[in-house]
This record gives sequence, C-alpha cells and structure tokens, in this order.
Amino acid sequence: MGDHHHGPAKGLSRWLFTTNHKDIGTMYLWFSFSMFILGGAFAMIIRAELFQPGMQLVNPAFFNQMTTLHGLVMVFGAIMPSFVGLANWMIPMMIGAPDMALPRMNNWSFWILPPAFLILASTLFMEGGAPNFGWTFYAPLSTTYAPPSVTYFIFSIHVLGLSSIMGSINIIATVMNMRAPGMTYMKMPLFVWTWLITAFLLVAVMPVLAGAVTMMLMDIHFGTSFFSAAGGGDPVLFQHIFWFFGHPEVYIIILPAFGVVSQIIPTFARKPLFGYDSMVYATAAIAFLSFIVWAHHMYTVGMPVAGELFFMYATMLIAVPTGVKVFNWVTTMWRGAMTFETPMLFCMGFLVLFTIGGFTGLMLSIAPADFQYHDSYFVVAHFHYVMVAGAVFSMSAAVYYWLPKWCGRMYNETMGKTHFWISFVGFNITFFPQHFVGLAGMPRRIPDYALQFADFNMMSSIGAFIYGASQILFLYNVIATIVAGKPTSEAKTWEGAEGLEWTVATPAPYHTFETPPQVR
Amino acid sequence: MLRVSSNPVVDTVVKLASTAVIMFAFVFVVMVPLYNVLCDALGINGKTSGEAYTSVQAGVDESRTVTIQFVATNNEGMPWDFGPSVTMMKVHPGASNDTVFHARNPLPRAMVAQAIPSVSPSRAAAYFHKTECFCFNQQPLDGDSSAEMPLQFIIDRDLPSDIHTITLSYTIFDVTDMVGGSIAAR
Repeated sequence: MGDHHHGPAKGLSRWLFTTNHKDIGTMYLWFSFSMFILGGAFAMIIRAELFQPGMQLVNPAFFNQMTTLHGLVMVFGAIMPSFVGLANWMIPMMIGAPDMALPRMNNWSFWILPPAFLILASTLFMEGGAPNFGWTFYAPLSTTYAPPSVTYFIFSIHVLGLSSIMGSINIIATVMNMRAPGMTYMKMPLFVWTWLITAFLLVAVMPVLAGAVTMMLMDIHFGTSFFSAAGGGDPVLFQHIFWFFGHPEVYIIILPAFGVVSQIIPTFARKPLFGYDSMVYATAAIAFLSFIVWAHHMYTVGMPVAGELFFMYATMLIAVPTGVKVFNWVTTMWRGAMTFETPMLFCMGFLVLFTIGGFTGLMLSIAPADFQYHDSYFVVAHFHYVMVAGAVFSMSAAVYYWLPKWCGRMYNETMGKTHFWISFVGFNITFFPQHFVGLAGMPRRIPDYALQFADFNMMSSIGAFIYGASQILFLYNVIATIVAGKPTSEAKTWEGAEGLEWTVATPAPYHTFETPPQVR
Repeated sequence: MLRVSSNPVVDTVVKLASTAVIMFAFVFVVMVPLYNVLCDALGINGKTSGEAYTSVQAGVDESRTVTIQFVATNNEGMPWDFGPSVTMMKVHPGASNDTVFHARNPLPRAMVAQAIPSVSPSRAAAYFHKTECFCFNQQPLDGDSSAEMPLQFIIDRDLPSDIHTITLSYTIFDVTDMVGGSIAAR
C-alpha cells in the first residue's frame, strides 16, 4: 500500500495515467470547455451567415454541417462532460469519500472521449463533408441520403456513449457505496442527488442511442431495413427510438444544473434550501416522466389523436415537479440575507431565463399549437433558453463557486460580474428575437430566409457575437485566477456555504477524506 | 434484493452494466416488433393488411360513392415503368372492384420488385380490404418484358361517413439483391 500518500506524478504521465478524481475532473472540465469553444465557433459561423438574408459566407451544404456539428459538440462534448467533470471533482468531496469507486475505469471513461471527438471533427475534412443531417440525425437523411462520413459519426457516438455509461456507473457505484458514516440518502447534498438520478437516466438511455446508431449502421452497410420502407421498415420508427433516448437526454443535461443551483442559492441566501425532500422527489418525478413523453417531439408525424393527447398531458405534467423546484428556489431566497456574488448572479439569471424556457416548453407541449411552432426558430429559442441559460449558466456559476476551493485562489469579482452581465445581455439579444421570427414562420436549420426576418436575425447575430466574446472573458477569468488570483486558504470560501467540501483545506489537497468524516 | 457479488461495488457495477446491455437489446428485441404491432393494431401509418381479405357478404351500399385514387411511385434507382391503368375509380362500399397496375422492366436482366402500399387518410386503412393484390408477393419480371398486376378490393361498409376520397399509393422497390440466390435458381 506504500504509495498512498504521494502527490501527483510529474509531467504528462500524471494526466495520462491518473486515477485521481480531482485530476480527472479537471481534465473533463478543460476538455468540455475546449469543446464549448469549438461548438461556439460553429455557432459563430451560423450566425455570421444569418447576419443578412441571402447567401453570404458559406454554401448551404456547409451550413448544414455547421448546425449538425454545433448541436452534437455542444450536447455531447461541452455540456455533458462538463457536468461529469463537476461530478468527479465534487461528489467524493461532498459525500466524504476518498475517491470514485472505480478510479481506473474513471481514467478510461475520460480518455476515450477526446478520440471520439477527434473522429467527429475529422469528418469535416472528409470527402462529402461532415454529417449534415442535424444533431437529431433523422433517417433517411442519416441513412439513404447521408454523406460517407456518417460511419465515422456512428462510431464516435458509440465511443462517447460508452464513456457516458462508464462514467454514470462509476457515479452510481460511488454514491451508493462510499458515503461517509452517517451520510444517509436524505442527507446527501442535492447536487449528489440530482447526479445519482441523472446517472440512472444515462445508464437507461445511452444504450438506446447506441441501438439507434447501430440500426443506422446496419441499414447503411449490412442491407437491413429498419428505417427503410423498401424492406418493410419505417423512418418514423427512427424518430420514436431517437426521442426515447432524446427526451431523457434533455433532463440528463438539466438535472445536474438543478443540483448546482440548489447548492449555490442557499449559500448566498444564507438559509438552508427550502423543501429539501420535495426537491428530491421532484427530481425523481421529472426523471420518471421523461420516459413517457418522447413523442411530443414528433406531433406532426401523424399520430392518432389519443396519442397526441396522452403525450400532451404527460408533458404538461412535468411542469408540476419543475414548478416545485422553481418555487423552492424562490422560497429559499425569500427573506434571506442575500448577497450577489458572481455565482449567485448566474443562478438568478438561470432562474429567470430557465423559467422563460420552461414556459415556451409548455407552449410547445400543446399538440394543436405545436403544428405551428414545429421545426421553427421558436423551438430554437426554447431549447437555447433551457440549454444555455439553464445548463451553461449553472455551469459558469459552479466554476466561480468552487474555483477558489479547487485552486486556492480567488477570482476577480468585478471581472466575474462583468462576464455575467455581458453573457446575460448577449444571450437575451441572441435568443429572445428568435421567438418572434419563429412564430412568424422562420424555419430552423436554414441558411437563408425571407426578407421580413432580416432585422431580428441581425439583432440575433450581434447578440451571438457578444455572447461568444463573453465566453473568452470567462476563459480569461479562469486562467487569471489560476495564475494570478489572490491566494486564499479559508476552508469556507463563502460565509453561508454548507457541506463536507468546505471542511477540507483550501486549495483542496490531492487526497481528501482518506479517513471518512463522521456526519451527524 | 439480488446480490451478484459480496463486494458491494462490484455488485452495483454488474447490475448497472447488465441494465445497459438489456437496454441496448431492448431497442432491437422489443421496440421494433412493438412498433409494428402497434401500427397494425391502431391502423396508423396507412399500413393496410398484408394478407388477403376474405369477403363477407353484407351487400352493396349503393347510396354511397367513394372516390379511390391510385398513385404509383418508383423508389430511388428503380428503373421500372410502373403505374395504375386508371388513376381514379368511383366505387360503392361493399362492392368488389378490380383494377390492374402495369409494370415494365426495361433492363435486359431479370429483376424482382416489391410494392409497398400506403393509404391516405390513414384512418381509412382499416376499411380498405384487398382480396387480391400484387403487393402480397414479390413480383419477378424477366428482362425487357412487361406484366399486368391485378388488384381486387372492397371498401368496408363501415367506412366513416366523412371520408369521401381514399388515396392508395404504391411505392415500388427493387429487391433483386435481397432475394439474390432464389432468382438465379428460378
């Protein structure tokens, strides 16, 4: 056992062979940020093309590759790995465990991720171009009419799915078996709870995604006809399978964000989280409902009325547990001694904007109304309000909140607040007008548009450039903090913070909780 | 609760990994057949029954006339000339009707085709009974030859009264490669 108390190894091998949850968490976070920049660059190309009507910069084929890769890279490369990184860093420290339950598998689940995205990005340079069928890769666009690079796309989905499944198995095994004595399930911090439930969702639906792309692979190369009417298959089947994965997927993205917000708001409201138990039950209820609402993404395929009604009511039902969460956060702040440091600003931005995204989601859930909204920019506005202002804002909040604990240096509060306000304003300038052009009939994934949408699109593009620039400021803030931030050694960075992670030294030592703490 | 290992971590991992494998298999083993069963049972997607209908003598409802439109489409890369002999018929529910589709294989080699029907509005699919249809079987055709393919159908007397026009669409697919061996033996 002699090697128990050593520090990190030197050089590159530290990162290649590390089994330390903090190292792996750090790698996940940096990897996801680089993917965030890559996906953001694709978004900038999209918005530059849409700055004015008519074809400006890129040809339509390349535009389609950009919308596809932007979606894939942001969902699978930026948002999901960033929360896995956060889970790696924080879950062992929050439950008083020395490391993850399966440290070697942890190393592997990270290191297969960069090759997967290298393969995906390399399709850009292949003959016939990158995948161009949208991140939802509906058959037959992704089978009969797909570019040859689709096979590489399928392989990269397999690999990153494997990475997600291994990561979630690790998280569940850690949470179920490695909690400190006295840490009962109902004493776990909410971030741990939301991740536990998210991990179960991942284990259940990532294999379904793998199944869908495997069927595509067989249709393309091995003469089966799962999605081809020629051999008795059905393209609509693809949509059912995809969204059976895809709807739980959106909760996989947002539940850890809920967890982050539930950690941060009590700290800066200086009050315990209101309705802890109901938060746990609401999370579980959302996870359950996510499995029975998938067809609300496909109201227009020609379902029987009974089906439309079932999926409509089931979808509306999700507003109840989500409302419980939003009201609990608001009630936590009620009469709290609130201060507005950067993490809190991002959480409040989250609260306001995510709620707007939730309301537009409710509008989209109404089957008869959805026939107008379907595949329009209204949908684009809706899911960016929940994905960006939901997941990305909460991720930014998490970084500012825990960065002092990670590196022992304090970020510059003025710079952090500047990042927030530019993000907040830029985000709204980008996506709020998209509601209007969507309702007026502008379809999504389109490189050119009718003249009446020109003003709002230019506004949207300007907002996108502002929002994109604010993320460079984010990068600067993080690097400046790590390199030259004011050193801090207070165990509790924030006066109102609660939880085991604030009981360890700052910066967090390489090994923490080698002897488990006693939780009362 | 079932325990597969005395080590609790191994126990959790084995259970979760099995769940993942089961979910992967679930897509192939359950979702695909379930989808087909549901489509059949609910009569959605305009899929008509793939088997011949045995008619029940219920009399012809001469008070009602339904327009039947025929549409023929070639799937991508299918070179046959394929189409209905008449594009439209007016029929009475309960009566037996005959029509033919003609097909010509312009290539010098023998081919096999499969026609896939679809009925619109899809609600009408359950009331469109085919007593004989070329779509029930694969259709072989020698090179540079043509054939008349019969269709015999009855519109159910219970067809909802708001449906006045039914479109029957056939898409013809080249399945020569799929039946490969058997055509050579013929």
